[in-house]
Amino acid sequence: MSEFYFDTKLDQPILLGIKARNLSELLAGMQSVPESSIYYHTHRYLRQHHFLSPEPPNDFAYWITDVLNEDRLAERVSSVDIIQFQSLEALRREFIDILQSHMESSERSPSAPAGEEFHFMAARTFVLHTPHVAHNVGEFVAILKEVTPGSLYYHIFEAKLRLEKGENDFSRWFRDQGKTELADRLTRLDPYTYTLEGLRNKMIQLVEKYG
Amino acid sequence: MIKLEDYIPVVGKSVVEELFMLAKHIEGKKIQNINSTAVGGGVAEILTRMIPLLNQMGVQARWDVIKGNEKFFVVTKKFHNGLHGVPVSVSDEEYQWFLEVNRENAEQMQFDDVVFVHDPQPIGLVEKRQQLGKNWIWRCHIDFSKPDKNIWRFLEQYISRYDAAVFSAPAFARRLSIPQVLIAPSIDPLSDKNKELEQSYIDSIFEQYKIDRSMPVVTQISRFDYLKDPVGVIKAYKLVKKHTDLQLVLAGGGATDDPEGPAIMKQVMDEAAGDKNIHVLFLPPGSDLEINALQRGSTIVLQKSLKEGFGLTVSEALWKGKPTIAGAVGGIPLQIAHKYSGILTHSIEGTAHWIKQLINEPEFAQRLGVNGKEHIKNNFLITRHIKDYLLLFVSLFHEGDVITL
Repeated sequence: MSEFYFDTKLDQPILLGIKARNLSELLAGMQSVPESSIYYHTHRYLRQHHFLSPEPPNDFAYWITDVLNEDRLAERVSSVDIIQFQSLEALRREFIDILQSHMESSERSPSAPAGEEFHFMAARTFVLHTPHVAHNVGEFVAILKEVTPGSLYYHIFEAKLRLEKGENDFSRWFRDQGKTELADRLTRLDPYTYTLEGLRNKMIQLVEKYG
Repeated sequence: MIKLEDYIPVVGKSVVEELFMLAKHIEGKKIQNINSTAVGGGVAEILTRMIPLLNQMGVQARWDVIKGNEKFFVVTKKFHNGLHGVPVSVSDEEYQWFLEVNRENAEQMQFDDVVFVHDPQPIGLVEKRQQLGKNWIWRCHIDFSKPDKNIWRFLEQYISRYDAAVFSAPAFARRLSIPQVLIAPSIDPLSDKNKELEQSYIDSIFEQYKIDRSMPVVTQISRFDYLKDPVGVIKAYKLVKKHTDLQLVLAGGGATDDPEGPAIMKQVMDEAAGDKNIHVLFLPPGSDLEINALQRGSTIVLQKSLKEGFGLTVSEALWKGKPTIAGAVGGIPLQIAHKYSGILTHSIEGTAHWIKQLINEPEFAQRLGVNGKEHIKNNFLITRHIKDYLLLFVSLFHEGDVITL
């Protein structure tokens, strides 16, 4: 059995100095910001409020709801099924399409009050190798119980969408070991609907049962 | 001395391990912090805690304070107010004096590999960069959302000479030619201001100041600065007092770089005159245990700021599980999600309304406190701050969006 090296990641939030007061400006921002900004605004809540359940939606939906009071649009933006997307460009396109179709059909053009604008941000990600290495399923479970949320986050979310590896690192490793059912089950999980601790527990259960 | 390992019971072992792993990547680089006051205010407070912890991880960090006379600090106080959007007038002579003091300091200083300059007072030191090279970071701790145009134009010439700028909240970001990083400040859960206290000590502090805890106690801990709106707090208290008995505690100190402190104190004393249920406490530097006790013993904590760089007292109160009502300004909305982990208000009347609500609905108030504490634990403790500073230093030596160290 080959080894699994646990990495972890740490994010540095970057301020882009671009803000939106209304949907037109939000759309313009979405079209021009770097991919890492789309990533940041769709994953920030997972990191900052990872103890909360249910998970708050992405930043775009939160702002559209709380500041612009556009509930119908907010529901569409918050229900984008991020797990279905293989790249950040495809995810960006989806948000742009939703916004454009809403703006074409809506007569309202609400504006944010001063001080409540949407501020576009991005993240620089630093990946670190941890000393944790699993040589077998037993070691994998033991380490999975202890690693930081950053490590879990890196191998699940970052690997698939930002690094465009197709599926999460855990599934890939188990698939390489011939544990196809476990790999498939881990891939089928929608990690966006769990708290990080909830996700950790679910994965431990699956590995213990099918590993 | 507090050790980094002492935080393991608070944040977990793996978080502390990550810090040590990260620190290895700036081995051999010397970090120099520079600000304008050694005591008073959030910047001095965080540097006092942070430097020894960085040193323990093998990071060679130190802290210098620039020297300035009264005339210099009058000018920098104008900058401070102007950057907060208060109309001020700064003469050419005052700008020149500001630069002169910066140049004198620069001549007397030795600069390290990374020069980390805090706030506008020492910003002009960057003139030395052309001659010396090195990596320069400017860290802005104040609310920058609506700066006075003239002061902004003046400062921008200097900000753009740095390698990176750091702000405390997204709203402070501007269109700049250099990278801008978000680093929220933090509190230290093991400091005298935030550590757990014996109930008997808390009781003794309230007895010492003759605060009657048979009534709800509403407290604001802040420097006596008009941007903290202590007079507004007393007005809100007076609205509540019409319906509910309560005690109001306004406690704070001053910083050595704030010449306006005494004038604000006088306004506060005038507004509070004749009401024995208002306790105005001017606390000297080093009163951290008293502040901690006052927060822990209060029913509700206020931070009714009109402008804020961040408002660390909000995190302090939430860390103690206290229901907290605060102005929706600066970095405060990062710390409080309204009606979830605290209350955000925009006016004296709104503040009074929520004081009454929280006094009358203690279960709801308690829930706000519990959620608030969890949010602070995850995002605003010193371990997260150390991580952000280490990333900032490391980032000076790497390029790209995803960096494998």
